[in-house]
Amino acid sequence: MPFSLLKYGLRARHVSFRDIPPTPDLKRSYDVVIIGGGGHGLAAAYYLSNVHGIRNVAVLEKGYLAGGNTARNTTTIRSNYMTEESVRFYKEGVELFETMSRDLGFNVMFSQRGQLTLAHSEATLRSFHLRAEMGKHMGTRIEVVDVRTVKELCPHLNLDLGGQHEVMGGLWHADGGTARHDAVAWGYARHAGARGVEIHQRTEVTGFEHAGDRVTHIRTNRGTIAVGQVLQAVGGLNGQVAAMAGIRLPIRCFPLQAMVTQPLKPFLDILVSSANLHTYLVQSSRGEVVIGGGSDPYQLASTRSTLDQKEHLAEGALHLFPFLHKVKLLRQWAGITDMTPDYSPIMGASPLRNYWLDCGWGTWGFKATPVAGKRMAETIATGRVPDVLKPFDLRRFDSFALLNEMGATAASH
Amino acid sequence: MKLLTCPVNGPRNITEFQYLGPVRAASADQPEQLIEALFYAENPLGVMREWWRHTPSNTVLIAERHTVSDQIVATYLPTRKPA
Repeated sequence: MPFSLLKYGLRARHVSFRDIPPTPDLKRSYDVVIIGGGGHGLAAAYYLSNVHGIRNVAVLEKGYLAGGNTARNTTTIRSNYMTEESVRFYKEGVELFETMSRDLGFNVMFSQRGQLTLAHSEATLRSFHLRAEMGKHMGTRIEVVDVRTVKELCPHLNLDLGGQHEVMGGLWHADGGTARHDAVAWGYARHAGARGVEIHQRTEVTGFEHAGDRVTHIRTNRGTIAVGQVLQAVGGLNGQVAAMAGIRLPIRCFPLQAMVTQPLKPFLDILVSSANLHTYLVQSSRGEVVIGGGSDPYQLASTRSTLDQKEHLAEGALHLFPFLHKVKLLRQWAGITDMTPDYSPIMGASPLRNYWLDCGWGTWGFKATPVAGKRMAETIATGRVPDVLKPFDLRRFDSFALLNEMGATAASH
Repeated sequence: MKLLTCPVNGPRNITEFQYLGPVRAASADQPEQLIEALFYAENPLGVMREWWRHTPSNTVLIAERHTVSDQIVATYLPTRKPA
């Protein structure tokens, strides 16, 4: 190894290596155009090109590859939801993460270390029992645990016995984990690119041209292209993009903030969430403690950070782990989350015949990256929405067939 | 500290206020607007009229706020709509 490295270094002509192909000129037309070059869009491009053999595909990204909400989430992967429809969908997502590094030949650093949600009241414990039973029914590894087990799973946790936020038990989800968000997107992009998918960075959609109930052309800042089918997967501000196509979405935008501390010696080998404190923590493989929580309290389409939320997150983190009190913050950031009325995504058909939706991902999008990509690609390739996606149809709001997932996270919104 | 001006109590820390959502164009009393009133809330990129409540004094007010810059343009009582 040292000799080959030395030889490579001394060689006159280096062959540069790129995972992601450079942005070419736009062609006149594509079979499929994916709006949004984040995890979901790139995963769909991967499945379209590698599984369904559809290669005349363009991914349009207004900024840079996976630089939007894919780069801004806190990388939690889990399937401990409340409704049968959601658990089935997210369970398939977790299973795809389990084999992702091998499937892509790209280390996405998936670490299935388990997720623990803390209950600080009898009421929370009762709701945990419901979620655990639903999870078991659907075949996920999930159970309600007592304080002693909480202590074993997380020895450094402040149980606050007798205090305001006394830990009374928890929901232990052994299938939960994390993965490196950037690597997930890069892995999909590399394989899609190798099959001929064009990834157009700095390419912003500015309008659509219609014929009847179809989109015929997409206007961008780099020219107009003809399209066969369109997939919208833009992470945040989906309502604004859909509005250009003439589609109304039941989405409101809220910022979601998170932050990271300086690296510490490993002390936390699971993901911890607190239902009362609206705070969750995970220690990254670099030793940094990633701290996330609930959304901002009012609608906003801006990715600035605020002192209020930082103080709130720090307060929760310090309550759970008081010894973090002198630890410095390294980074803070915010993403724009597209919140739907029932805290569930919108996937499948739109009022336009060749325009497909993968949006409304609020605060729960990253964990669905592989399964949303896989199932949306299947939808586009076959023209048929698979059963697992049917409950997430946009029309559910017209028929009051809501999928209420409020409270299925540690941080309600 | 971010300030919001209560029409009764003057400028206060925004943490004293509760956000109650956008002032809706659709009415839940009209059957044909029910779905829209329930699920399709206003979400513009620009100035939005919205309901707020000053919690300590229980004053319900309307604020006009820009949803990208977060700038509060005006606040007033719902009964005293400015011209």
